[in-house]
Amino acid sequence: MSFLPYAVAAWVCVVGLYGIVTSRNLIHLALCLTITQSSTYLLLLAIGYVKGGGPPIFKGVKLGTTTVDPVVQALTLTDIVVSVTVIALILALALDVHKQAGTIDPDEIREMSG
Amino acid sequence: MTRRVRIWIFLPALAGLAALLVWGYLGIPGFGDYHGPYGFVLDRLATPLRHMDNVVNATTYDIRGFDTLGEEFILFAAVIGVVMLLRDTDEKPEMRDEVESDLVRVFGTLAVGGAILVGLWLVAFGFVTPGGGFQGGVAIAGGAALVYLVAGYRAFAAFGDEQVLDPIKGVGAGGYVVIGLAALVSGLPYLTNLFSGGAVGTVWSGGSAGFVNWAAGMEVAAANLILYAEFLNQYIVPIARRS
Repeated sequence: MSFLPYAVAAWVCVVGLYGIVTSRNLIHLALCLTITQSSTYLLLLAIGYVKGGGPPIFKGVKLGTTTVDPVVQALTLTDIVVSVTVIALILALALDVHKQAGTIDPDEIREMSG
Repeated sequence: MTRRVRIWIFLPALAGLAALLVWGYLGIPGFGDYHGPYGFVLDRLATPLRHMDNVVNATTYDIRGFDTLGEEFILFAAVIGVVMLLRDTDEKPEMRDEVESDLVRVFGTLAVGGAILVGLWLVAFGFVTPGGGFQGGVAIAGGAALVYLVAGYRAFAAFGDEQVLDPIKGVGAGGYVVIGLAALVSGLPYLTNLFSGGAVGTVWSGGSAGFVNWAAGMEVAAANLILYAEFLNQYIVPIARRS
């Protein structure tokens, strides 16, 4: 079962993409985008996992102890925080679309005018 | 474009993605068998070289600090975008605090203090134990957002005041850049960790990356609070207009 976490990451990615493509609501669409993005966290952390590895924190732990990869964790933690603000930006855009067009169904927004 | 058309366009793209994923997955090590060099090198170097126990944060704020600078500015730009899109009204409705239960107010207020304290602790000891500017910043903002839940909009408005938050966010983002410049002025590469001589396992263990850590914490906390305040305003203003 050594491929299961990778398969889950791929599944989460595709589920999110499917949601984006079939979405009838811009807020739903934004959340689907978050789900797709979360699949990258799963993939990164799965790649960085080392069998029997502890957390990469050496407070009270002997140097040289096997740990999981700290680099992918650093990538993931900054991205989680940054993604929240980017999703906020997308939601703000959805609010703006609602004010302009009166709907947040992407199919009903006839034209995207500036 | 109708839904059906979109799905038909999506299917070939999905097949392409599946092919890419399978191709990529065949080339990566099995789960738990990772033997890439960087993480292992960092594990051995971060504590002796940088005096930091938490290798994740040593990576984020010191060794990969330049990359995090870029991410900070994505966050900075996104928040400015939100503020520009949503600031169609500067209206600050006068509202009574909605929460009337004394019990909720008292224990809630205690929880606010506790949450903010935890956030500060997460930032301060980011190089020793799990935590750091990003995580602590979110915790601090979360603590302040609790004010809305336990008291109401009027009480939260003091925490969500952009006159206060904008400078904090700016100092956080600008401070990061300036700390990097300090190394440049000393004739070292940008964002080199200066005086990283603090004792291992203490608040001071980060050297100048400690300031970077605090700058990130300030920016993340202020940015999140600005977002909360902006979206809350979108919700509150129509209610206030109706009543």
